[in-house]
Amino acid sequence: MNHSATILDKAAIERTLTRIAHEILERNKGIEDLCLIGIRSRGDVIARRLAQKIEQIEKVSLPVGIIDITLYRDDISSPQGGQPQVRSTKINFDLNGRKIVLVDDVLFTGRSTRAAIDQIMDFGRPRNIQLAVLIDRGHRELPIRPDYVGKNVPTSRDDDVKVSLSETDGEDKVELMSKAR
Amino acid sequence: MKILIKGGRIIDPASGTDAVMDVLVERSGVTKMGKNISSPSAKRLDADGLIVSPGFIDMHTHLREPGREDEETIESGSRSGIAGGFTALVPMANTDPVADNVEVINFLNAQAEKHAWTHIYPVGSVTRGLEGKAITEIGEFKEAGAVAISDDGRPVVNSKVFTLALDYASMFGLPIISHCEDVFLTEGGCMNEGLNSTILGLPGMPSAAEEIMVARDIAIARLTGGKVHIAHVSCARSVELVRAAKRDGVHVTAETAPHYFSLTDDAVKTYDTNAKMNPPLRTAEDVTAIKEGLRDGTIDSIATDHAPHTQVEKKVAFIEAPFGIVGLETCLPLVITRLVNDGVLTLSQAVAKLTVGPARILNLPMGKLEVGARADITVFDPAYEFTVDTSTFQCKCRNSPFNGWRLKGGAVHVIVDGQLRLHDRRLVG
Amino acid sequence: MRWNRKDLLGIEDLSVEEINHFLDTAFSFREISTRPIKKVPALRGKTIVNLFFEPSTRTRTSFELAGKRLSADILNITTAASSLVKGETLIDTAANLEAMKIDMMIMRHSASGAPHFLASRVKASVINAGDGSHEHPTQALLDMLTIKDKLGKIEGVNVVIVGDILHSRVARSNIWGLTKLGANVSVCAPRTLIPRFIEKLGVKVYCNVYEAVRDADVVYILRIQLERQKSNYFPSIREYARLFGIDREKLRHLKKNAVIMHPGPINRDVELSGDVADGENSVILEQVTNGLAVRMAALYLCSGGDIESEDTY
Repeated sequence: MNHSATILDKAAIERTLTRIAHEILERNKGIEDLCLIGIRSRGDVIARRLAQKIEQIEKVSLPVGIIDITLYRDDISSPQGGQPQVRSTKINFDLNGRKIVLVDDVLFTGRSTRAAIDQIMDFGRPRNIQLAVLIDRGHRELPIRPDYVGKNVPTSRDDDVKVSLSETDGEDKVELMSKAR
Repeated sequence: MKILIKGGRIIDPASGTDAVMDVLVERSGVTKMGKNISSPSAKRLDADGLIVSPGFIDMHTHLREPGREDEETIESGSRSGIAGGFTALVPMANTDPVADNVEVINFLNAQAEKHAWTHIYPVGSVTRGLEGKAITEIGEFKEAGAVAISDDGRPVVNSKVFTLALDYASMFGLPIISHCEDVFLTEGGCMNEGLNSTILGLPGMPSAAEEIMVARDIAIARLTGGKVHIAHVSCARSVELVRAAKRDGVHVTAETAPHYFSLTDDAVKTYDTNAKMNPPLRTAEDVTAIKEGLRDGTIDSIATDHAPHTQVEKKVAFIEAPFGIVGLETCLPLVITRLVNDGVLTLSQAVAKLTVGPARILNLPMGKLEVGARADITVFDPAYEFTVDTSTFQCKCRNSPFNGWRLKGGAVHVIVDGQLRLHDRRLVG
Repeated sequence: MRWNRKDLLGIEDLSVEEINHFLDTAFSFREISTRPIKKVPALRGKTIVNLFFEPSTRTRTSFELAGKRLSADILNITTAASSLVKGETLIDTAANLEAMKIDMMIMRHSASGAPHFLASRVKASVINAGDGSHEHPTQALLDMLTIKDKLGKIEGVNVVIVGDILHSRVARSNIWGLTKLGANVSVCAPRTLIPRFIEKLGVKVYCNVYEAVRDADVVYILRIQLERQKSNYFPSIREYARLFGIDREKLRHLKKNAVIMHPGPINRDVELSGDVADGENSVILEQVTNGLAVRMAALYLCSGGDIESEDTY
């Protein structure tokens, strides 16, 4: 039997994102040259929510971009099987000299982050790249460390962390799905 | 101008009319038909005892213009047509230059406008220069008024070219008039291959040469759905092939010429070059089959294949003479004498082969005699008996095998587009 | 859905889901060519051969550029340069390339069915870049992408294909694809250039261009091969242009916002007049842009790759 436990509920997600928004502002001493880039899918939703919160605080809107990292993954094109769906990347602003906060829902092996960083580098030369994640579940395979973490969740490698957001999934919830052992 | 035709027997096969009525023509149209029409201002034509029918159409004529105006012109050919009762001619494309481009068709139209006694409906060639290779600009021909396309005088030997041409022509609704001859089988021949050719020692042209091409054309008409009209059917098996194809719903029609139901290859026995035409005169069995084809409707139309040649050309050894005979002025008498009087066709059936038959094949705006129709009218006397004298022909040439024949039937009055062109057997110019 | 094909040989055997998935993927790829660095690492290390047995500049260039933008190594073999002229068979050439560990072959051949023959005999992916008069799948896909882009949908759209249907692989692939996606497809050409039985593919047949284009949302004009005149498919370029060439005069019989398409290269003033080709209804250059995206998608999708679900990455 599989087992699932709620890690964050709607209110907790809300509080967490508010805190991260404040941390981003604090650390960057304002919003100058700041932008958010969300990784598809759900990282882009979280990025938009963070931008709204920052706008509520600072009364200025931040540029938000979306990247699809599929074509930068290191595991495509092995023989047989199907290719993942490619979606478009939308970054409608110049990245040169920007401070970028890369936003993802769950940080796991770090490979998505690596792919996202590579892709961002192909778009320009930002001043720096920071990483914000809603959940850090450990098991890193690359030397990557988040700057902003919603919640650290100890997991087993076989576990699954399921992030649901009202924009894409109809409700706000983060669950830990454990395989029966 | 008004013309009142009084007391004639109206035969209009298109509507099935066969009754004694008067016909009033005003300007270019038929405006009244009925008993006891009076119109004091109209020119009165007495038609007591005469037949009043839609104007005859000859769907297969060689007018030789441009190129051989010494043999015939649009003027002389159409004058001959009027004398024979025809109100429309369809000249074939094998002129010089060939009607393989729209300029020649425009020339024909312009000449017809100026000089023709009858309506002239041009035909464009199927292939450039009648060479059987490159198809012509049929779309332009259609716009210039062509009613069919034909390489007549020759077959389109290459079946692929014929197929493409038929496909292409069908876009414009134009039929191909096909001269059916396997030219390899007839090469060097000058008469029907049979007992007579053996006795006369003349190289033959077997009827198989015609049958092969009729069968091929039918197969291609079946494939493409295009319209094929078999010109000058001369032999029994061609009739059978067309009959079977029509039964299957293939878009095929056919014509024959008066000589093919009036003569056999016995006519060649005197080495008379006026009995030399292509296809050649066949046998008595073929004549019987052609009559049966006319009777049962397999053959839709009678056309003259009027093909004038000068005496200089014809007065040579049989094998060296050109193919073809004149026919516009002997057509009606042969139809009356050989078909109607011999009981092969009723008068109405015979008239249909000269009027509504060809009009339907070529989609011509004529072939009917009714109120509202264009006034193209032939008044003829089926009882008129005369001896054919080629020296009185209106056409330029005298190459007819019927000189001296005693025949019955002749045109008396002919109205073309509301104009009286033949009045009491005399041309009105 | 997932794309599970090694080869892209034709549209006939693709499902509606596969076509839609392909078009969605191609749509995403279009953005890459607008980036400052127009290159992604997706096919890094892959070797692709452009195997062209028939001359083509556009399609070959489009595939080559697509491969390069995906970071693949791509090389061109054209007839003149290949051993085929020395008598080597197609299968030998393919076997040799495969022995050099080629991952993908893009093939154009004058013989219908040649890429299918190859695909069944090699492990590498085969993408058909046009085989005889049979299929040209990437052309049809880029055309469908263009129509979807311009009209917002394909279902219910009236598309008329004008030109040499008989010899056209572009027409066949488009007929398959467009009818699958619910478009109303007609063909219009001289009778001689319409293959018999084509209506069995679910298209209407016209020989009169004015009737054909009256309700058209898209008029797709095919290149007329001038040498077809010699084979009697039409009597002259002049008559073809007059009856079937799309020019300003015929344009007036079209809906105002009808879209003009052509797979290129154009015989200007034969099948399509220059002013219409360059006019506001024309989307011919958008087709070229979409062609690149479609070919990137084809290379990407056919390169295989069974990866863990996105969420566990």
